[in-house]
Amino acid sequence: MENLDALFAGFAVALVPGNLGLMVLGVMLGIVIGVLPGLGGANGIAILLPLTFAMPPVSAIIMLSCIYWGALFGGAITSILFNIPGEPWSVATTFDGYPMAQQGRAAEALTAAFTSSFVGALFAILMITAIAPLIAAFALRFGPPEFFAVMFLSFASFVGLTQGSAWKTLAAMMAGFLMACVGLDTVTGQLRLTFGSTELLRGIDFLVAVIGLFGISEIMIAMEEGLAFRGATARIDPKVVSQVWKALPRHWAIALRSCVIGCWMGVTPAGATPASFMSYGMARRLSKDGPTFGTGRIEGVIAPEVANNAAGVAALLPMLALGVPGSPTAAVLLGGLVMWGLQPGPMLFIEQKEFVWGLVASMYLGNLASLVVVMALVPWFAAILRIPFAIIAPLILIACAIGAFTVNNAAFDLVLMLVFGVVGYVMKKLDYPLAPMVLALVLGNRTEQSFRQSLLLSDGSLGVFFGNWLVGSIMAVGFLMLFWPMLGRLRAAVLARLSR
Amino acid sequence: MADHRGGVRARTAELVAAAAIAALGALVVADAYRIGIAWDLDGPQSGTFPFWTGIIMITASLVTFTFAAFGRSRVLFASSQELASVARLFVPACMFVAGVLVIGLYLPAAALVAWFMAVIGGYRLTTAALSGLAASGVIFVVFEAWFLVALPKGPVEALLGY
Repeated sequence: MENLDALFAGFAVALVPGNLGLMVLGVMLGIVIGVLPGLGGANGIAILLPLTFAMPPVSAIIMLSCIYWGALFGGAITSILFNIPGEPWSVATTFDGYPMAQQGRAAEALTAAFTSSFVGALFAILMITAIAPLIAAFALRFGPPEFFAVMFLSFASFVGLTQGSAWKTLAAMMAGFLMACVGLDTVTGQLRLTFGSTELLRGIDFLVAVIGLFGISEIMIAMEEGLAFRGATARIDPKVVSQVWKALPRHWAIALRSCVIGCWMGVTPAGATPASFMSYGMARRLSKDGPTFGTGRIEGVIAPEVANNAAGVAALLPMLALGVPGSPTAAVLLGGLVMWGLQPGPMLFIEQKEFVWGLVASMYLGNLASLVVVMALVPWFAAILRIPFAIIAPLILIACAIGAFTVNNAAFDLVLMLVFGVVGYVMKKLDYPLAPMVLALVLGNRTEQSFRQSLLLSDGSLGVFFGNWLVGSIMAVGFLMLFWPMLGRLRAAVLARLSR
Repeated sequence: MADHRGGVRARTAELVAAAAIAALGALVVADAYRIGIAWDLDGPQSGTFPFWTGIIMITASLVTFTFAAFGRSRVLFASSQELASVARLFVPACMFVAGVLVIGLYLPAAALVAWFMAVIGGYRLTTAALSGLAASGVIFVVFEAWFLVALPKGPVEALLGY
């Protein structure tokens, strides 16, 4: 009940006219960001982060998180209308959404996509409201070894849940940790990995890395593919909406399953993209008419859209409760928290009640606002893509440059941004995952600190990570996740031998 | 490159990337070793964490390298044509950043917009140039005037009194 009171207090914070205005502004910006290839949730927020320094933290997080919701909704628009996913997590939506649009059922597909997005998000927010305070209260008992174990668990799950090569995930992650080490070591005051460069003294700021890795590289890929938009227009007419809404409850099983997949993949840092693919795959495999998926079935839109929004929202749960973000975008928001002078982690729920519950309340309102805005303004957002790429591309480049510069007011960061752009381009083309690298860069210092503090406690013995049941079991789950793919293969081999 | 379509093969790119990561790892390990990886009075020395991280990174990329070296694939990483279109974006982007370092952000931003519109979009030169200046103007109003964020400025802005 105490939480419910806190939540209502949060609504009071979020419903202040100024915050409501920022919410709508954020949602609109987010949808634009979601529609434009080359601007994603993570780097869109990273670019806009410096503009929020002057705002009170609650208003700032409300605006930035609403950009995130908007981007989660907006990704579907271009997937369905143009077969161009505005965001990686809406790729699975193109499989059935685009065929539907070609059959003249664009409005139906869009309505289904937006409604599903809302359902997924709502499910995840309810989960956060119910569970986050409990996890935070539990985490207050954590010491350095437990925190290291939680970080270990989330990074190990990356390796275990990775869909491509686990070795590449590992390499990318370690590169992120190493980038976090660059600069001054806060414990001993020693310079590390600067190789005599004064520019590297500051360290590598992850916002600059995010803007390069996600933003610049995305425009390079868009350029390589030679973007050519075919103008398709869409209006959503109320009759279609009511028809689709009447039909949707029949698919409750798919929606529920996708909610669960999404929440799970969001909390473990696998993220929205694999969640949408997995949910689509499950829907196809478990359906009686599996083979007709891909020809314009509404289930093929519902499943990925529910899952990616659930995952996107659920990624904020570990960020709020533990200070360990579940996705690159959550990592950027976490970076924002630090810049606004808040200490992420379980103490947030005690020291910054207003902030946390204001944010949670704004999640409910922000997603509702996204649904309304996106339904009403679809034709306008779709029209953005008719602005030629030759105009959009330089503007995105300039926006990235301004974002990267304002982080530290350092022109050298622009050079870093370009370098990260090339790195991101090559990584994307070679299937090196970007998310673990960014998360490692964000969490690197805290991971290392908790590791060192734990070792200090134990006088250098690694046994401290198995010292009590709590830390021991988190570590054990971590190892399980780490070797999950190997265990799967082992099981298959054993079964094959038994059946012979 | 023997491929008749021309371009960079995925396998080549894979090998180069893995080798580069391993080399970077070696550099890190060397630097970490220099700082010290032993136990000190105040816990592990500064090099310990990067040292082991570097070791894992080297191992992981060597495995990737080996897989790629034994794999037989004729898939392209990018065709020459694709690389050329990426260069059409990347070269102006580098010039833009170089410009920002020397004369501030506003003029290079205008030039970047104008260049893209004229060369890639095929607009008339005057239209492109005016759009570029307009874009710079909007950026100025939004950042310097509304949000009070100072962007890099050079001699031309100084002449105008900023």
